[in-house]
Amino acid sequence: MNEDNRTHLLNSLKQGIRADGRSPEEYRDVTIETDVVANAEGSARVRIGDTEVIAGVKMAIETPYPDTPDQGNFMVNVELLPMSNPEFESGPPSIDAIELARVTDRGIRESKAIDTKRLCIEEGKHAWGVIVDICPINAAGNLFDAASIAALAALKNTKLPETDKIDDRLIVNYKKKTDESLPLTKLPIAITINKIEGFLLVDPTSAEEKAVDTRLTVASMDNGELCALQKGGNGPFTVEEIEQMIDLGISTAAEIRKKL
Amino acid sequence: MSYNERFDKRKFDQTRPIEAKAGVIKNADGSAWFKIGKTEAFAAVYGPRDLYPKFMQNPSTGILRCNYNMMPFSGSGDRVRPGQNRRAKEISMVTEKALLPVLDLTEFPNAVVDVFIELPQTDAGSRCAGICAAAIALADAGLPMKDLVSAIAVGRIGDQVLVDLSYEEEAFEDDPVADIPIAVLNNSKQISLLQMDGEVPKEMLIKAIKLGIDASKQIHDAQIKALKDKYSGDSQ
Amino acid sequence: MGEITVEDKAVAVPGELLAKGMDCIPSYGTYREGENVYSSRLGLVNVSGKVIKIIPLTGVYNPKRGDTIIGRVIDVLVSGWRVELNSAYSGMLSLKDGTSEFVARGADLTKYYNLGDYIMVSVSNVTSQKLVDLSMRGPGLRKLSGGQILKVNPNKVPRVIGKHGSMVSMIKNATNSKILVGQNGLIWLNAEPKDEVIARNAINMIAENSHISGLTEKVKSFLEEVTGKKVEIVERPENEGNDDNGENSHDNSHGNNHGERNYDRPRRNFDRNSDRPGNRNR
Repeated sequence: MNEDNRTHLLNSLKQGIRADGRSPEEYRDVTIETDVVANAEGSARVRIGDTEVIAGVKMAIETPYPDTPDQGNFMVNVELLPMSNPEFESGPPSIDAIELARVTDRGIRESKAIDTKRLCIEEGKHAWGVIVDICPINAAGNLFDAASIAALAALKNTKLPETDKIDDRLIVNYKKKTDESLPLTKLPIAITINKIEGFLLVDPTSAEEKAVDTRLTVASMDNGELCALQKGGNGPFTVEEIEQMIDLGISTAAEIRKKL
Repeated sequence: MSYNERFDKRKFDQTRPIEAKAGVIKNADGSAWFKIGKTEAFAAVYGPRDLYPKFMQNPSTGILRCNYNMMPFSGSGDRVRPGQNRRAKEISMVTEKALLPVLDLTEFPNAVVDVFIELPQTDAGSRCAGICAAAIALADAGLPMKDLVSAIAVGRIGDQVLVDLSYEEEAFEDDPVADIPIAVLNNSKQISLLQMDGEVPKEMLIKAIKLGIDASKQIHDAQIKALKDKYSGDSQ
Repeated sequence: MGEITVEDKAVAVPGELLAKGMDCIPSYGTYREGENVYSSRLGLVNVSGKVIKIIPLTGVYNPKRGDTIIGRVIDVLVSGWRVELNSAYSGMLSLKDGTSEFVARGADLTKYYNLGDYIMVSVSNVTSQKLVDLSMRGPGLRKLSGGQILKVNPNKVPRVIGKHGSMVSMIKNATNSKILVGQNGLIWLNAEPKDEVIARNAINMIAENSHISGLTEKVKSFLEEVTGKKVEIVERPENEGNDDNGENSHDNSHGNNHGERNYDRPRRNFDRNSDRPGNRNR
C-alpha cells in the first residue's frame, strides 16, 4: 500500500469507516460448521467473510515423553496452502505459518483447556497425541482468528477412535469412533487486534493487513481471563493501547464464543 | 468365489455419487470443488502469471505446473505428514500430463499456470478427483482449452470389469484386482492418463478402458453443470 | 446446410459443440474440427450471421496495444519505470513516454513516479514475446493520487463501464465519486468515505452479477435505496476534465474486443525494443 492510499485509508478511519463499510470494531459474518471431514476424528470449517479455513484433528497413540510420563501430547500445525492465496508459496513452512501455528497452539495449550493427563492411557507407555491441522481454503484476511476458532471447534467436535490391543501394543482403529469426546474444559479463543496509526481494528481484510503497523493477539477464556499474548508487526504500542487492545480482544472473543 | 455384487450395491458401470462446483475459491483465477463418493478435491488455478525461477521460463509457450497434496487429516488412517512426498510428486506430474493435451498456453510465453489440488477427504480415486476438479478450475480460469478432461478409475475384480473402484474394492483379496486410473478427453475419447496396479489380461484391460470411457460421461456432465451453474440466472 | 447447435448468449464450456457444417465461421474462442465447430473457452456464445464466437467471462488480463489500464510502479530504472499490470507481464514506461518534461541525465525519477504509485497508462506496444511498452501520452493518463484501488475480473470491465459509460456515470453521479476504470480490471475510486463504500459495493455488485440481464436497473435501485436519492441513467458521460473513460467505455461497451482487434490497426512506429535497458529485469 503506497503512502497516498494509506493516507486515504486513515482519512476514512478518522470517520470510523473501513473500505468495506464496517466500523473498526465490527466483524465480518462468521459461520462455523463441524464434522466436515469424515476421515478426521474432529473437524470444522470456519468462514469469516471471504476467508475460509478447515481444521482437522488426528489422534494417534504415542509413547509419553520421559519427563511427563502421565500426559498426552497436543500440537497445532498450520499449512499456508498456496491454493488459498496467490502470495503463499509451496515448500517448507514459512515463518508466517510457523508463527500462526504457534500462536494458535499457545492460546489453547496455556489455557489448559485440554487436560493432557486425561490423554494418558497407560503411564509411561501409551498416551493420546492430538494434532490439529489447519488448512486455509481461501485466505482473505484474519487467518489468526479463523485458525483459533477452527482449531477450537474441531477439538470440541472430536470423538476418540477405538483402539485394539495386539500383544502389548495398542493400535488405533480409525474406522470406528467411540462417543467419547476430548477432555476439553475451557473455550480459549485468540482474537488479534490490529493497529494502524492510532486506530484499532478487528478482523482485517487482506488489504487492511498490508497497512497494519502492529498487532496483538489476545487469547482469553470463558471467564474473561487471559491465557496467551503475542505482539506482531513492526511498530511499537503504548501501555494504554495494550489495555484497549486486551479489552477489545476479550469482548470480541466472548461474542464469537456464543457461536461455538 | 466371484465378485457378483458390489459392496455398495452399485452397478459395475456406475460411478459413486458425484457433486461439483466451480468458482469456490475467491482469491484464485479459477477454482473448483469435486466430490465422488467420499473423496473430495479442491483445485485452484493461478495465472497465467510470472514464472520464477527464470530458467524455467519457456519463450514459446506458457507452462502448466500442477501440485497435488493431501491435507494432513484427509486419510483414513494415520495423519499424513505435510510436505511433498514421492507419491504426491508423481501424481502431480501425471496430472499435468493428463491436462496438457487440451490446453493451449502459446498466448502466454514465459508465464506459468499454477494448479493447486488439495484433498480434504480421501477414499479411493483421489488422483482422478483431482484431475476432474483441475479441469473445471482451468475452464473457470478462462484459459484456452479444447475440451474438458474427465478422469475415472476402472479395474477388474476376478472376471468382472468395473468402474470407479471404492477403497474396499481396491483392497479385495479373494480375487485378482487391477486398479486403472484413466483420463478421457471427451470429444476425441482419447486417453491422457493411464496407470495400472495389479494383474490384468490385455483383453480385459481394453474392455475396462472402454467401460471407463462410457462412464466418464457421468463425470463430464457434472463438470459441465458445475461451470454452467456458476452463471445460472439470465444471461445478458 | 450448417446448423448452430447452441443458443445465442448461452454459456458454453470448453469442448462444447457449437455448430455443425462448413458454412459456419469459427471466430474467437472457438475451433473447427472436421465439420464441427467447438468452444475453446468458457464464455457466452455470440452468433452474428454465420460467425460464431465466444465472449469470455473470466480470465487474467493479457495486455493489448491501445488499452488504457491502471498499473503499479514496481521498479525505478535508469531511464524509466517498470509497471505491474495485473497480468502475467509487466510493462516498461520509458522516460520519454513517461513525461513531457525535460529530465536531466541522472535525475531522480522517483519524483515523477515512485515505487508503489498507481498510474493510469496506455499500452503502446506488445511484442509476440509480451514485452509491453507503456505511454503516458493521451488524455487523462496520469498518476493516481489518493483514493483506493479495487480489483475486478478484466472481463467484467465492459459491464462496469456500461453502454456509452452509463453504468460508471450513474455510480459517479449517485455517490459523488471519482472513478477510473482500467481495462486490466483495476479500478481507482476516490470519494468521501461513506460514498466510497456505496460506490465500491455497487461495483462489486456489477462484477458478481455481470452475466445477469437488467443489471443497470438493479444497480440503479440499489443506489437509490442506499443514497435515498433519485438516480438517473445517462448514456453519455459528462466531461469532467480528468475523466477519459467516456472514450474507453465507447470502445469497450460491447465487450467484443477480446482478441485480435488491435492487430488490424495501422502499425505506428513503436519499435523501440533496442533502447530499453533492463527490459526484462524485474
